[in-house]
Amino acid sequence: MTEQLLFWVFAILSCGGALAVVVTQNVVRMAFWLVVSLGSVAALFFLLHADFLGAAQLLIYVGGTVVLLVFGVMLTASGHTIKVQTTPAETLLGCGVGLLLLCVLVFGINSVEWSDVASRIPKAGDSAAVIDQAEDVRLESAVTSAKTDESRDKAKNAQEAVLARRQSGRTLRQLGLSFFGLRPDRNLNQEPGKPLAPGYLLPFEIISIHLLVVLVGAAYLARAKRRVTPGLEADL
Amino acid sequence: MSGPLAVLTLENYFASVLKSCADSETVAMVAFVLAALTHAALLLGLFGGLPVFYIWLERKVAGRIQDRLGPTRVGGKFGWLQTIADGIKLIQKEDLVPKDADSLVFRMAPYLAGVASFVAFMVLPVADGWVGVAAECGAFLILALMSLEVLGIILAGYSSGSKWALFGAMREAAQMVSYEIPMAICALIPLLIAGSLNLQVVGRMQSGGFWNWFIFHDPFAFLAFFCYFTVATASVKRAPFDLAEAESELVAGFHTEYSGFRWSIFFLAEYASMFAVSGIAVLLFLGGWETGSGIETVIFEGVEGSGLRSWWKDVPIRGFGLGSYIANVFAVHVFVIKASLLVTLQIWVRWTLPRLRIDQVMTTCLKYLVPISCFLFLGAVLWPLILASTNGRPVVFGNALKSVVSSGSGSAPTVARTNSEVAR
Repeated sequence: MTEQLLFWVFAILSCGGALAVVVTQNVVRMAFWLVVSLGSVAALFFLLHADFLGAAQLLIYVGGTVVLLVFGVMLTASGHTIKVQTTPAETLLGCGVGLLLLCVLVFGINSVEWSDVASRIPKAGDSAAVIDQAEDVRLESAVTSAKTDESRDKAKNAQEAVLARRQSGRTLRQLGLSFFGLRPDRNLNQEPGKPLAPGYLLPFEIISIHLLVVLVGAAYLARAKRRVTPGLEADL
Repeated sequence: MSGPLAVLTLENYFASVLKSCADSETVAMVAFVLAALTHAALLLGLFGGLPVFYIWLERKVAGRIQDRLGPTRVGGKFGWLQTIADGIKLIQKEDLVPKDADSLVFRMAPYLAGVASFVAFMVLPVADGWVGVAAECGAFLILALMSLEVLGIILAGYSSGSKWALFGAMREAAQMVSYEIPMAICALIPLLIAGSLNLQVVGRMQSGGFWNWFIFHDPFAFLAFFCYFTVATASVKRAPFDLAEAESELVAGFHTEYSGFRWSIFFLAEYASMFAVSGIAVLLFLGGWETGSGIETVIFEGVEGSGLRSWWKDVPIRGFGLGSYIANVFAVHVFVIKASLLVTLQIWVRWTLPRLRIDQVMTTCLKYLVPISCFLFLGAVLWPLILASTNGRPVVFGNALKSVVSSGSGSAPTVARTNSEVAR
């Protein structure tokens, strides 16, 4: 119930913030509402126990993109550009694109078999930490309640095996390994002969190269157009 | 007429509350909310209490360095209550909004900075198992949250409608965007050694003697600590990097137009962030909540679970453990004292070194700190590989790192020894 309440708070904040971005005329206020909207989306990720995704959303969108946006606005905006005036044609075009996107989303949501998905969603309070804790309590009680030395050793071995399994790469480590092209979740206990599940090395590398190209391009665009006399910058 | 009727309704109300409490779901929810409020209140106490001390410390240290006495009157000989007096003065001031300012953003910006600084405390573990939010990617999360504070400062400077504030905000944006890069790279080095983003795991791995601290793990990590501390000082805009509020050039920088309570929130956020970055440094490099003398391992863990942590388990509540509670209270003090020493170092540096120029600040970051941190990162990656191929083991002396398993949030640590140790 608390989660439901929090969900509604953040859902309303994220939708309201997004609407305010569209309605506001002032560029800096738009940035402020964008922070509200994107931050609320990050909060929704945290509610879904997707910590990494939420942190990435905060770091990249709120901490990175919006800061750069405001920075750019500060450097460029003056009297006439600070207020965004849209012509009717632009409004129409924007509404059209927005409606099309909405259609795609509605179509996409409709095409998912939700009853099938719902059966796979873990029950409330079933997050990884809670499961771990329940497992810990169960194993610990097995060790303490063991009557003979032999059964105690057995229980202890089971406990250590669980700890070792947990260490062998869950969630975050799995994510990291997938970026190197390793899929411990799918490839560890696989029969020989079958093709290995692909990781995300290629998309990761493509994005890296893409970013490198963007960096080189930015450096090219931002380079000094005039010839700089070497003596002048020596005192920096 | 209202008397007896009100009592009656109140009685009815309490009866209905008690009745609904029997419903287990309601009890669970009330317990959840109470637990969350307790966490939040404790963290808020840390967030509000430490800056009060640090502001007093700053005035005292500054006074001593400048051959003065600092505050001496409010609250006894040492002026203990000076910060409280300052706070009361600030709250009484008029809440001004300049005519040219963008009123909404101007009013909201201090809260944005304050909240961003506070949420970093949520994921900062202060003792083993004592953390507001036990996130698997805590280190990543805390770096992400710390990067949000700049947004409040930029919006504050921009919405003030003042040239000084705008210049301060622009400098701040340029400085923060550049200094985030070496900060993240330096923080990666101990995370690389630990092999985990979970700050609790990182802290546990450094338990035992101070030779287990990651700062002494290899020469690159040793240098990375100093690199990180320099960058962290810059990222909380302390002198010599406080160009955003350079009073000799920009009046007061981004907070020129602020006064009273809103200004004090910026002040609070700055000192709280100083503690947060120092806390991260302590967790990543300086052994977290352990003293480094190794007595924790002897007293708290003991041999075969005979230490303080296993003493009085499940007293008075199941799953609580009084011994482990006492151990954690001790650990919190160790952690706060360590971080406070680093904060004192920051204060000392501020009153010793002159301020850099803005171009020197940018040059320091982009031409020196970024390449240095990249080099250190590369070295830290190669170090265990080179040692393993020449020496046969990934560390120079001592045991290979303990492998620490993150157990469920809030429970006592479970340390699984490495294979070699088990075999012995």
